[in-house]
Amino acid sequence: MTHFPAVLLFALFASVVFGITQRETPQRMVRYGVYCFILFAGSAVVLSWVMFLIAR
Amino acid sequence: MATTPNKLTSPQKDAQQGFVYLPLIAGWLVPGAGHFLLRKWGRGALLAVSILGMFSIGIALQGKLYGGAHDILDMLGLAGDLGNGMLYFVSRALGLGADQIQVTTADYGTRFIVVAGLLNVIAAVDAHNLRTGRKA
Repeated sequence: MTHFPAVLLFALFASVVFGITQRETPQRMVRYGVYCFILFAGSAVVLSWVMFLIAR
Repeated sequence: MATTPNKLTSPQKDAQQGFVYLPLIAGWLVPGAGHFLLRKWGRGALLAVSILGMFSIGIALQGKLYGGAHDILDMLGLAGDLGNGMLYFVSRALGLGADQIQVTTADYGTRFIVVAGLLNVIAAVDAHNLRTGRKA
């Protein structure tokens, strides 16, 4: 498994748990889960680019 | 929306009876079991798949299962691993997981196992909140 699939799986599983446990209605659970997933995966991509640019 | 106690349906009444900490303990020992006890089948299944998936990937990546606490970081790792409940004890008994990290991906595996334990604790506390009525 390479880094990026590991990041996506980590984000997916953590987002599912966060969505279910931190919100009360199914609709809000889904919305919060998607929000968390985007933040997890997006921040990993942004930080990766930052580290790439620093290392140049 | 909060449900008043006198309007509970029969399955909900059954779920509200018994030892109040049972969903918390069951949810800790077996991922998703706390929600299953409260008849939250969908939520329990999603939580179980997520936590089991994360733990399994951690083991598959040859992540380390903390066996003792030699320093503060080991202690934190052990606390996270213990959150997995029976998964941790069974895996230790079967000799799964690495004692020492030998490949690069094993470091990721170790984090997956620790985070699976922490997520399991969150899920178990959520089951307890459902049981006590703090959450709908």
